[in-house]
Amino acid sequence: MDNLFNRKYIIQGLFIVVALILLGTLFYIQVASDKYFLSAESNVLRKIYTFPARGVILDRNEKVLVQNEPVYDLMVIPNQVKEFDTLALINIIGIDMKRFKKSFNKATVQSRYQPSIFEKQLSVQIYAALSEQLSRFPGFFVQSRTVRYYPDSAAGHFFGYVKEVSKKDIELSNGYYRPGDYIGKAGVEKQYNDVLRGEKGIINMLYDARNVPKGSYAEGKFDTLAKSGERVVSSLDFRIQKLGEELLKNKVGSIVAIEPATGEILAFVSSPGYDPNLMVGRQQGNNYMDLINLDKNPNRVFTVRPIQGYYSPGSSFKPLDALIGLQEGVIDPNTTFNCPGYFMAGNHRVKCEHVDGNISLRKGLARSCNVYALYVFQKLLKQKKFKNERIAYDAWQQRVSKFGLGQKLGVDLPAERPGNLYTSDHYNKKYGNRWGNTTVISLGIGQGEMDATPLQMANIMAIIANRGYYVKPHLIKAIGEKKVIKKEYAIKNYVGVDSRHFEPVIDGMQDAVNAPWGTARQSAIDNILMCGKTGTVQNPRGKNHSVFIGFAPRDNPKIAIAVIVENAGYGSTYAAPIASYIAEKYLKDSIAVNKRASVEWMKKQVILPVPKKPKPKLKPIQVDSLKKDSAHKALTPPVKLLPSPAHVPAPAPVKTGINTVKPITPTK
Amino acid sequence: MTTQQGNRFFFNVDWITILLYVALCTIGFVNIYASIFNGTEANEFSFAAKYGKQLIYIITGLVLGFSILLLDAKFFSVFSPIVYGITMLLLIAVLLVGRKVAGNQAWIPLGSFRLQPSELAKFGTALLLARYVSTFNPKFRDVKSIFFAAVIVGIPLFLIMLQPDTGSALVFLSFMFPLYREGLSGYFLLIFLGMIVLFIADFLIPAQILIPLILAIGGLFIYQNRRKHKVMISSIIVTVIAVGYLFLVKVAYDKILEPHQRTRIEILLGLKTDPKGAGYNVIQSKIAIGSGQLTGRGFLEGTQTKYGYVPEQSTDFIFSTIGEEWGFAGCFTVIALYIFMLLRIINLAERQRSTFSRVYGYCVASILFFHVFINIGMTIGIIPVIGIPLPFISYGGSSLWSFTVLLFIFLKLDSNRMGFI
Repeated sequence: MDNLFNRKYIIQGLFIVVALILLGTLFYIQVASDKYFLSAESNVLRKIYTFPARGVILDRNEKVLVQNEPVYDLMVIPNQVKEFDTLALINIIGIDMKRFKKSFNKATVQSRYQPSIFEKQLSVQIYAALSEQLSRFPGFFVQSRTVRYYPDSAAGHFFGYVKEVSKKDIELSNGYYRPGDYIGKAGVEKQYNDVLRGEKGIINMLYDARNVPKGSYAEGKFDTLAKSGERVVSSLDFRIQKLGEELLKNKVGSIVAIEPATGEILAFVSSPGYDPNLMVGRQQGNNYMDLINLDKNPNRVFTVRPIQGYYSPGSSFKPLDALIGLQEGVIDPNTTFNCPGYFMAGNHRVKCEHVDGNISLRKGLARSCNVYALYVFQKLLKQKKFKNERIAYDAWQQRVSKFGLGQKLGVDLPAERPGNLYTSDHYNKKYGNRWGNTTVISLGIGQGEMDATPLQMANIMAIIANRGYYVKPHLIKAIGEKKVIKKEYAIKNYVGVDSRHFEPVIDGMQDAVNAPWGTARQSAIDNILMCGKTGTVQNPRGKNHSVFIGFAPRDNPKIAIAVIVENAGYGSTYAAPIASYIAEKYLKDSIAVNKRASVEWMKKQVILPVPKKPKPKLKPIQVDSLKKDSAHKALTPPVKLLPSPAHVPAPAPVKTGINTVKPITPTK
Repeated sequence: MTTQQGNRFFFNVDWITILLYVALCTIGFVNIYASIFNGTEANEFSFAAKYGKQLIYIITGLVLGFSILLLDAKFFSVFSPIVYGITMLLLIAVLLVGRKVAGNQAWIPLGSFRLQPSELAKFGTALLLARYVSTFNPKFRDVKSIFFAAVIVGIPLFLIMLQPDTGSALVFLSFMFPLYREGLSGYFLLIFLGMIVLFIADFLIPAQILIPLILAIGGLFIYQNRRKHKVMISSIIVTVIAVGYLFLVKVAYDKILEPHQRTRIEILLGLKTDPKGAGYNVIQSKIAIGSGQLTGRGFLEGTQTKYGYVPEQSTDFIFSTIGEEWGFAGCFTVIALYIFMLLRIINLAERQRSTFSRVYGYCVASILFFHVFINIGMTIGIIPVIGIPLPFISYGGSSLWSFTVLLFIFLKLDSNRMGFI
């Protein structure tokens, strides 16, 4: 053997090294990484989906509020399309050539082998015409699914709407949603989407490289049937919901009614409203653009005023003064204050509407006496047990916030807003430590730097009706066949005021509606003792808002209510009667005959924001359709409503004077 | 008498190699069956289907192999120039009368059968190279002997390049191993390796960085060896050649390679992705192999295989079937069988008394090694797509028979190792 013999080992070694390189690579792609395994699955597996019907929504009397209607999506698999009579197809489905080409290109881009939606939501009629001739159009087929139908065309803000998923929805859904699927985008449809949507059915099919189906995967072991969405029962009473919407027609405002014992919301009116059916179907996009167009609909249709509208509580805050005063012991029911027609806060005068002389709690509330309320508020802040008035303020703020002001109540709708109720930090920043009760005195009558949503106001009434607690207000009371009720809706939230203190306050509120000297005497209901409080809320950008909050009947209350009509002036003229009609309808199921004319009159009133530069020819005409509001083009919404971020891409609202302390004018 | 006669012919035959050969052919048959199986029809066995034909090729291949064992061992050495001459003539003939299949003029139609002269050229060249070395006993230290060897290998390589069948032509580079064994300087292998590294670097590193880098490294060597003149001069030469080579590669790449070959190289180097086009084969092959995981999906259970996702799956990409249905375990077994066979052939070659047999043995091992490495490397995406078959496993009569003949000639030579050739 020569010395070249050793080269054998080099060559053999090379063979082995190369073999190890191959094995190492193989180990990586076969064992260490599952990327290729997953790619193989996606090569051969196609999931074929069947769509479930969305859950039905009922009202508290089991009336069907939402049902499903079948529609038909025309689908296309681009690589199976052969030459066909395009003209015939576009005539049947009613589109033009441009749209045809656009849709076809879009489908081709999405996938050549997988079905894509070509034209969505064809009506039954078009489907009937199409299905006869479908064989002429190879590669096209029809897939049925259901869309929402709202038979009453009401309560759009409550329902919200269902819309095609966005890219973000798909990303967030962990693979559940695919392009072309639908998802709840607002209101209850969004909040309860997971319950309502049901589960898609999946059939796993195997396909070969030429896209020919080769049978089901693993004998259908992983296939699932579509599962319909759960049925949900809402707390709304659609009788009063519809009445409320009619009463607020051509006005801007809110009605919120709550069943005090349960926290169930009985009516949830936001005006202007919209027909939820506009947000269904092929015209959804166009209708949506119309609704958010401020020229056509100047009052921000998509703002959910009951949970997004900010209003000073005004006089309706006065019962809280009394309750906290009683609890703190700074007054008793018989404590009187002298009302000379004004109150001196430091060196400025706060006027009162009337000169009542010595006035006590009951009458003070019934007559909505500013002086009485401000004395109580001042006493609270001057209590000796606190080191200074700023600490006393925080104690007061704590008590008020227990009533749900300045925070989200956690209603089961998206985009609730908290309102405003500041702690002493806010004022310390503003004034240093040189502030006291006179600085914030307007809070005592619910003005100044305090904002509440209509829902919060109604909730305060529920608290008073319950004599000291509330249940988290909610719109859906039971879910599914088993009528599951969320645990949080069984919890009583106590506000820290003893129940015995409520009776004197309720006395005052009873008188406000029922006594000859009450502020809402015209709104009394026969045989039912309604308790309430009017409010006339200052609005720096226009006429005062008309506010009424109350509950009925006095004993064992069944309904607590807050009504706000923007720019309608005194609380007693619009808000109070509207509240009484709603309460009467709810409690008696019909409104007394002698009042029906007033109800009809109320429905016909048009109270819309006054334009800045009124055009000479413009006169308040009675219009039925909201669309005619476009006559009021130059209008600016007078309320400081923040647009819901989801809906209105409008500029942020202008800061109004409400957020600064200002001279106080009387409220009634 | 007959048994004794039989004993004489098959005496000393290395049955282990034959066993490995049969095992690999069987694996080939099973996996060709699987790659044809489309998952729905219960196939009746048919000789018209690819697996049926392959069975015929395997049986005739065995007959062919054992007939070779019956020949006289001296025959191969004596007739090697004639065999070489004939195969070269066939390579010329194929350029004139050959049929173009997939862009390559590689086949001569003979009735229903197609002859692929480039397959025959492999053992023709191996035989003549062995004859040359055994006759003249060159040590490849001088230019003349290297030149002769280069001519023997270069003629078929050049003719095959003209078809153009780059893959088959590259196989002829494997003759470097037997020459190395017979004394060719190891520098040739290193230079070859350096050329490959520079070729890849040329694509991945911009020239304005790469060339200064080479000059810097070269300069360092020259500076360090400034007292040893000989080393210094060779360092200068190497540096100059390396830079020149880089320019040459650029020109050659643009001017000589076909567009599809350029695309394949660019895809491999990750400079280009083209999942629907040229990259499709490799991606699908990797997916199929990768989806086999540790133990595979099982015989006839591979979805990628059944449903036709890997093109050319019974021929060049047969390894993807093995990878999918038998998993890493199957791949390991196949590679182990090859390595066992290759090491065995080298060991057998080293026990030969005749130089002819030894050189020929090295040629066989090197050709097989080259095919196995390139083919498997291509299916798992570490080597550009070069269409050469996996020995004994890929579908096809031409390739199976030529590998069989190649191997059995060596087995015959080996069984006769005690005699003189």
